[in-house]
Amino acid sequence: MGVAPTEPAIDLPLSPGPSRGTWATAVRRLRRDRAAMATLVVLVVIVTSTLLAPVYASRVAQTDPFRSNLSGTVEIDGSRVPVIRPNPSGLGSTPIGPTFGRHFFLGADTQGRDVAARILYGGRASLIVGVAAALLTCLIATGIGLLAGFTGGTTDAVIFRALDIVWAFPIYLLAIALSTSLLVQGLKIGPVAVDPNSLLLPILIIAVVFVPYVARPVRGEVLAVRQREYVEAAIAQGARRRRLLFKEVLPNVLPSVIVIFPLIIATCILTESALSFLSIGVQPPQASWGTIVNDGQNQLYTRPLVSIAPGLLIAVTILALNVLGDGVRDALDPRAKIRRRKRRARDS
Amino acid sequence: MIGFILRRIVSMFVVLFALSVLVFLIFFATPGVDPARKMAGRNATPETLAAIRASFGLDRPLPVQYLRMMNRIVITRDVESYSNRGVRVIPEIMAAAPVTFALVAGAAIIWIVASIAIGLLAAALRGTLWDPLLMAIALIGLSIPVFWLGEVANLVTQQRWHDTPLFSWVPPLGYTPIGEDPVLWFKHLVVPWIVLSVLFVGFYARVLRSDLIESENEDFVRTARAKGLSERRVLVVHQLRASMITFVSLFGLDFAALVAGGALLVEVVFGLPGVGRLTYLSLSGLDLPVIMATVLYGAFFIVIASTVIDILYAFLDPRIRTA
Repeated sequence: MGVAPTEPAIDLPLSPGPSRGTWATAVRRLRRDRAAMATLVVLVVIVTSTLLAPVYASRVAQTDPFRSNLSGTVEIDGSRVPVIRPNPSGLGSTPIGPTFGRHFFLGADTQGRDVAARILYGGRASLIVGVAAALLTCLIATGIGLLAGFTGGTTDAVIFRALDIVWAFPIYLLAIALSTSLLVQGLKIGPVAVDPNSLLLPILIIAVVFVPYVARPVRGEVLAVRQREYVEAAIAQGARRRRLLFKEVLPNVLPSVIVIFPLIIATCILTESALSFLSIGVQPPQASWGTIVNDGQNQLYTRPLVSIAPGLLIAVTILALNVLGDGVRDALDPRAKIRRRKRRARDS
Repeated sequence: MIGFILRRIVSMFVVLFALSVLVFLIFFATPGVDPARKMAGRNATPETLAAIRASFGLDRPLPVQYLRMMNRIVITRDVESYSNRGVRVIPEIMAAAPVTFALVAGAAIIWIVASIAIGLLAAALRGTLWDPLLMAIALIGLSIPVFWLGEVANLVTQQRWHDTPLFSWVPPLGYTPIGEDPVLWFKHLVVPWIVLSVLFVGFYARVLRSDLIESENEDFVRTARAKGLSERRVLVVHQLRASMITFVSLFGLDFAALVAGGALLVEVVFGLPGVGRLTYLSLSGLDLPVIMATVLYGAFFIVIASTVIDILYAFLDPRIRTA
């Protein structure tokens, strides 16, 4: 549609996708956004400290946070005390509380393991699962969205209906169905086998669950971009499909994927923590923030910090990602209306 | 109109069929996995495995297996749990549904009222410090994991401050049916209602505020102002009503998703015997028949609910009928 070229089309630039300038401007805008910068600092601190988990465990806490330590002792203020002390009543036992010192900074869990060290390791798992799942989701969804929007016709219709059906599934039910069905024996596709205890399983499950939420807007964007004059100009110049797809359409769809990326990470981390809390996410011996909140449930009233601390970290991370996401959106597209997460377009 | 309803219902059955196939594939046809093994849970004896193979017809071709599964879940409804022998799953789901519904309905009332109040206030106070402050609070609400918030609420109301007049009225975790003791029922649910609604208050307040601000430039707002209506009236009557369209359609879907099982985390934390908790209890033993049935019923509920919502919409807004 659009503008009939009054000049020979040959003089039109072939690839007017977002130039370097667009990205540089976005970064500059983001740098001026104080809230976004502050949360970026928070995120960097969280990521570095979880990466330093092994250092903390071996050098500072000097324990193995994955081995139960029921009969161990620890030296505090010059005296040796047991990590797990039997209750005076004779029933059960109480793990050591937070010392806020070198050993057992946040106390021990029921297995006598150092909670602070476990939280650092758990954070690493949570962040890995969240980021990897978000990357995978965006990758698959961009591929599907491009394929559907670019080919159109029957392919598009089939893909779109399929996404619609997965969309009708509540996220948690789909995730629960997938993880319970895969947890016993893992997944085996040809030569590729995924062990049920590996982090790969929650990553795959969470990534699959969120694909429709990203693929649908991407498809819409592809359809919109295809109508633009620069794409028509490229077609008029005889550009091949491959060139159209990778040089014209993809670069112009990418910003909208980047805009939602921090929010997708946040959602993935939140989903991982919820699944782990339900004991169907990250599996022991691995730990994540969600599994630690779950571990601490039984000692919530006696040793609340075991549950409270990792939950607080989840909340802070999600909040930081949400604020950063708002900042990235404003930076890339300041005039954009506030994009809403439209759960589901109304059926025809 | 009748044509629209018919079309909508046909498409509903197509989606229901596709969903059930999807659930079937997830549970019975995951590559490289023996479904009988999965069904039997973690520590299965060879006898259980044989019994499962026979009862689900696992030696038959996949389409036959699918029909058998659907027959047992939807028509004969005699699916039994493997960890609690003899317990039929479908009646259990039906018994748990009212609890979930009570939880979600109460939370929905809170989230509608609170999010409209916050969204309106933030939009009205745009340009002052209150607007970013309210939105920051909404964003925090949006970022808190609900199961953790529930635990904090339990810690405060059940233990730390339970002996103060503030929370001494909170009964121990659990549930009392409304028919037995309405007051106790209410007391049981107050804290779970609030906890469940926090996320949605944050989300809906943000959506509503941005909708209100967007409608600022609309013609009908200018007309309302030109008529000499007060700012307050323009905002509360004219802008709010227009913004309710997004709000209501989001609400229908969220409400259905929560009833279908999305409220599971809150039910687990507060020990409410709803559908979500039923699913949860079967998770640790990987009691797949129960999980399969709750998942399928949840998904079906959502599809049917969204069809009903669409038809109601078409009654309200004739433009949708032809779309």
